[in-house]
Amino acid sequence: MSGSTQKLGVSRLFAGLVLGLLAYSANAAYQVNFQEPATKLAHTVYDLHMMMMYICGVIFVGVFGVMFYSIVKHRKAPGRESAAFHENTTVEILWTVIPTIILLVMVWPVTKALVSMRDATGADITIKATGYQWKWGYDYIKGEGEGIKFKSVLSTPREQIDGNVPKGEHYLLEVDNHLVVPVGKKVRILTTAEDVIHSWFVPAFAVKQDAVPGFIRDTSFRAEREGTFRGQCAELCGKDHGFMPIVVDVVSQEKYSAWVAEQKAKMAAAADDPAKVWTLPELMARGEAVYLQNCAACHQPTGKGLPPAFPALDGSKIATGPKEGHIGLVVNGKPGTAMAAFGKQLSDAEIASVITYERNAWGNKMGDIVQPAEIKSHAK
Amino acid sequence: MNTATTTAHGNFSAHDDHGHEPGGIMRWITTTNHKDIGSMYLWFSFAMFLVGGCMALTIRSELFQPGLQIVQPEFFNQMTTLHGLIMVFGAIMPAFVGFANWMLPLQIGASDMAFGRMNNLSFWMLPPAALLLTTSLFVPGGAAAAGWTLYPPLTIQQGMGMDMAIFAIHILGISSIMGSINIATTIMNLRAPGMTLMKMPLFCWTWLVTAFLVIAVMPILAGAVTMTLTDRHFGTSFFNAAGGGDPVLFQHIFWFFGHPEVYIVIIPGFGIISQVISTFSRKPLFGYASMVYAVAAIGVLSFTVWAHHMYTTGLPLTAQLYFMYATMFIAVPTGVKIFNWTATMWGGSLTFETPMLFAIGFIFLFTIGGFSGLVLAMAAVDVQMQDTYYVVAHFHYTMVAGALFSAFAGAYYWLPKWTGHMYNETMGKVHFWCSFVFFNMTFFVQHFLGLAGMPRRIPDYALQFADFNKISTLGAFGFGLSQLLFLYNVIVCIRGGEKAPAKPWDGAEGLEWDVPSPAPHHTWEVQPVVK
Repeated sequence: MSGSTQKLGVSRLFAGLVLGLLAYSANAAYQVNFQEPATKLAHTVYDLHMMMMYICGVIFVGVFGVMFYSIVKHRKAPGRESAAFHENTTVEILWTVIPTIILLVMVWPVTKALVSMRDATGADITIKATGYQWKWGYDYIKGEGEGIKFKSVLSTPREQIDGNVPKGEHYLLEVDNHLVVPVGKKVRILTTAEDVIHSWFVPAFAVKQDAVPGFIRDTSFRAEREGTFRGQCAELCGKDHGFMPIVVDVVSQEKYSAWVAEQKAKMAAAADDPAKVWTLPELMARGEAVYLQNCAACHQPTGKGLPPAFPALDGSKIATGPKEGHIGLVVNGKPGTAMAAFGKQLSDAEIASVITYERNAWGNKMGDIVQPAEIKSHAK
Repeated sequence: MNTATTTAHGNFSAHDDHGHEPGGIMRWITTTNHKDIGSMYLWFSFAMFLVGGCMALTIRSELFQPGLQIVQPEFFNQMTTLHGLIMVFGAIMPAFVGFANWMLPLQIGASDMAFGRMNNLSFWMLPPAALLLTTSLFVPGGAAAAGWTLYPPLTIQQGMGMDMAIFAIHILGISSIMGSINIATTIMNLRAPGMTLMKMPLFCWTWLVTAFLVIAVMPILAGAVTMTLTDRHFGTSFFNAAGGGDPVLFQHIFWFFGHPEVYIVIIPGFGIISQVISTFSRKPLFGYASMVYAVAAIGVLSFTVWAHHMYTTGLPLTAQLYFMYATMFIAVPTGVKIFNWTATMWGGSLTFETPMLFAIGFIFLFTIGGFSGLVLAMAAVDVQMQDTYYVVAHFHYTMVAGALFSAFAGAYYWLPKWTGHMYNETMGKVHFWCSFVFFNMTFFVQHFLGLAGMPRRIPDYALQFADFNKISTLGAFGFGLSQLLFLYNVIVCIRGGEKAPAKPWDGAEGLEWDVPSPAPHHTWEVQPVVK
C-alpha cells in the first residue's frame, strides 16, 4: 500500500530531476536538445521536434493524470466496491479517431520538411565524400574549387585517447584537413564508400546520409552562418568507427576563394614528377607519414599489429619477402578482410614510399627501395 | 471473461507421481512436461540475461569517461554485438516461450503442449546456440563485431566468430519456429470445451499473434544470414556491389524480419500486463475485444513498416513518405491499448503488489518509449536521430521497461502458482523501485546524448558527452545489481516460505487459479468445462 505514495514521491522526484536537467540546458555539458541549428532545414527539424514534444507531453500528462488519479482515489479500501464496466463503444471509437486526427495534423509539416530535405537540385558546389576505414576523403567535383581533393583524418593524438596527456577541447572531433565551404551557398554532398557502409553526419546542418560502397547517394545543405561544425561517422564501420569525425569550416565567400587558390597552389606543388627517382631517406620520410595516416590504425605505429585480425608487419613474410608480393597486396588489398586496395586511394609515390618504409622500418632491414614507377608495373 | 467450473480439485493429486520418469539430470534432458520445459526456458533466459547484462556493464564501464580505459575498440564492438544478440534471442524470446509453456496449457485447460517431444527439442537447441555465441569470443579474431543488425559488408570482413554467430542464429531460429508451431497448435486445438477464442485470457491471444509472427519472419532472418555466409565463403555477391549485389538489400531483408521481431518480444508482454492490471484492479479488462483487435492490428502492421529503420540509406522520397505514414499509424492501436489499461484501472479497487507495480511501471515507461518511437517515425526528424543514442534510449524503453518489466510482472504474478510459496513482497517492491529508478537513470539521459549528436556503438566520445555518460553508467550498475534481488527472491521462494493458496490474488480470473499451488506435475488430464 505504501508503494503508491512512494510512487508519487518518486515520480515527483523524477519530474524534478528532468526539469532540473532542462534548466541546465544553457550549460553545454548538460546539453539536452539538438545542437544549435546552422541551416534553415536544421531550424525546421528543431521546431518539428519541439512540436512533437509538446503534443506528446500534453497527451502524456492527460493519460497519466487519469491513471494517477485512479491510483490515488480508486485504491482498495474497506467497503469499496470496484466498478464492473468493461466496455464503452463511444469512448473506444473516440480514442481511436482522435489520435488518428492528431497524427494527421502532426505529419503534414513533417512531410513538407522531408520534401525540401530531399531536394538537392540547384547546388552551387558539389563535393563527393568517400568513407574509408577510418577516414573521409573529399573531392570537389563541381563549382568553385573543382579539382581539389584531400583526405581528412582524426588528428587527436593517441596519447590523449590513452589518457597519458590531458584531452583537448575538441577531443575526437578534430581532423587534419577540414572540409571548407562558403556560407550561404547550397552544397551538395555525394556520399559513397570504399569498403563498408559509413554515414556522413553533421548535426548542426541536420544532415545524415549513409555512404554505401558501390553506390552514390546525395544530400545537401546551405549553411547560414560561418563557423566550424563537427560531426561523426554514424554507421558502425568496424574497429575505429568512433574515430572518424567530420569537421566543416563554413567561411565567407572571400575566404573560400582564397582557400581554393591556396589549395590549388599546394596541389600543384605537391604533384609528384612521375620520372623522379627517389632516394631511400626521401622515401622513408614520406612513407612514415603515409603509414601513420593510412596503416597505423590497424598495423599500429610499432608495426606489431593487433593479431590475429590485424597482422604484424614487423618481421612479416610479406614485408620481408619479394617486393612484387608486397606491392600486389598493398595495391589490391585482401578481399574478405579490412585490408583495403590502396591502389585506389593513394598515389604511386605514396604507395612506393609506404612500402619502402614498411620494408625498412622496425626490425625489417631489407635495404631495398621501391620506386613509384614500379607500382604500375607490379599491380595486377 | 471466462467463468470456469471445474471438477473437484482432488483429481490433480492422484497423478502427481514421477515414478515413470528417469531421475536426476535425465529427467530434464528427456522431459516432455510443459512445466519442466517452461522452467528450463525461464532459467536459461535468466542465465542469458545475466551474461548479456555483464556485457552491457562492460560497455557502460568503457563509456564511464572519455578515453579508452577498460577495453579496446574491437572488443567493445564484440560486446555490443553479442549483448544485442544474446538479449534478443537468448533472454527475452526464451523468457516468453517459458511463460507460454508454463501458462498456456493451464489457462486453456489443456493437459500439456501439443507436441511434447518437439517442445523438448526446441528447448535443448538453445544451450548449443548460446555456447556458440559465447565461445566465439575466444576464437581467432574474436566474436562477431558488426552489431546485432549484422550489416554487410562489415560482416564480410569478420573472422570465424561471425560464422559461429550465423550458425547460432540458425539454431535459435529453428528453435523459436518449433516453439511457435507448438504454441499456435496448442491454442488452436487443445482448448477446453467452452473456451472459445474470444474467451481466452489475453496472454493466450497475444501469444497466438506472436507465434504467427515468429513463424513468418524467422525464416527470413535465416535467409539473410545464409546469404551473408555464402557471400563470405562461396563467392556469391548478394551484398557486394562489385559483383552486382547491394549492401542495402541486406538491410531490407533484415528489417523485414527485424520489425516484426521487435513486436515478437513485446506482444506477449502486452498479454501479461493486461491480466495483471485487471487482477489488481479487481475489475474485468476494459475493451477485451478491442484489445484483441489492437494486438492483431499491431501484428499485421509490423510487416509494413520495416524501412523506417533505413531512412538515411538513401531511400526514394516516396518510400520515405510511405514508411513514415505506415509507421505512424501503429501509434493508434498502441494508444488503444494504453487507454484500455487506464480505463481498466479507473473505478477499480486497486492494490499495488509487485506484479502491479511492474505493470504500471511498464505502462508508464513503455509509453515514453512509444512517444520517442513516434518522434523517430517522422523521417525528417529521424535524420538527426538515426544511429544516435536517442535510438538506443528508445529501444531500451521498449525492450527493458517494456519486455523485461512485463516478464517481471508475469514472474511475480505466477511465482506462487509455480512454487507453491509466496515470494517476499517487500523485497519484490524494493526490486521494482530500484529497477525503475536505475532504469531511468541509465536510459533517460541517453535521449539527451542522442539529441546532442552522440552516435551509437562508439567506444569513446567527445568531452561534451561526458556527464550524461557518467550518470548512465552509474545507473546501469545500479540496475544490474538490482536484478540479483530478483534472483535471491526467486530462490528463497522456491525453497520455502508462506504457503500459497490455489488463488493467491483475490481479483484474479482464469483456469490457472483452479489448479492447486504449486501446480501438480500433471494438470487438466480431465478437461474443465468453461461456461
